[in-house]
Amino acid sequence: MLISNTQEIPGKTVVEFFGVVSGSTVRAKHIGRDIAAGLKNVVGGELRGYTELLAEARGEAIRRMSYQAEELGANAIVNVRFATSSVAQGAAELFAYGTAVRVE
Amino acid sequence: MIELSVYLITPVMLVGAWITGTLLERRHFQDLLRLESGAREILAMTVEDLPAGWEVEECDLVIGNVVISQDYFKRVAASIKGIFGGRIGVYEPLLERARREAVVRMKEEARAHGHDTVINVRIETSPLARARSDAKGTAGVEIMAFGTAVTLRAGTRKRIGPGGGVPV
Repeated sequence: MLISNTQEIPGKTVVEFFGVVSGSTVRAKHIGRDIAAGLKNVVGGELRGYTELLAEARGEAIRRMSYQAEELGANAIVNVRFATSSVAQGAAELFAYGTAVRVE
Repeated sequence: MIELSVYLITPVMLVGAWITGTLLERRHFQDLLRLESGAREILAMTVEDLPAGWEVEECDLVIGNVVISQDYFKRVAASIKGIFGGRIGVYEPLLERARREAVVRMKEEARAHGHDTVINVRIETSPLARARSDAKGTAGVEIMAFGTAVTLRAGTRKRIGPGGGVPV
């Protein structure tokens, strides 16, 4: 599965459109990371636990989106966009969406 | 005696957070200079279409993210400054270093996949949780940089100018 945030896959031509595909996941940080982040929050700087958590969650959202595109018979997703929203205290939704296409 | 120590906790924490926070910030800026010069040969551009004559062999979506938080002292300082309005100077370096870090990580991912150029770079900022009005609670902000990493056919790539290593 070729994934790109450009209009077209560079170096290839789009031959068929399959419409919008999306994938999302809601993640909450766990208590261990929360305590570590709370302490780090006093002195500032990178909250590494959260960085990893969000990267993993975003990977999951992309995987779900790719799976949806695969089921449609697409071999690429173009114009991918991301959205992050904190739905509740300590929980965030990671959402990825794009257009499934077949390229040659 | 116990009461006195309770009264002392907040000022001690404030001063401690200020000193460590400032030191960490300075060190982070030094690290960034090193990391950025290391990722200098990866060209990142916000343009979507490649210039004429550049031929692409392979492409991949690359992402770099970082969650960063302000130290306790600067959060309190910003909330006081917020009453009067105007420029909140203490937050500017925080967001700058987070953005630069995210861009560097994105470039490193591109390099790990064997690519040399990243096109259509976008940078998004999202607050994770709002800080409480008393400046307590987690106040992280996530900066994410993403783009399409491409490998250009040998010989078609243009030379990178002196601004090549400057973050987008």
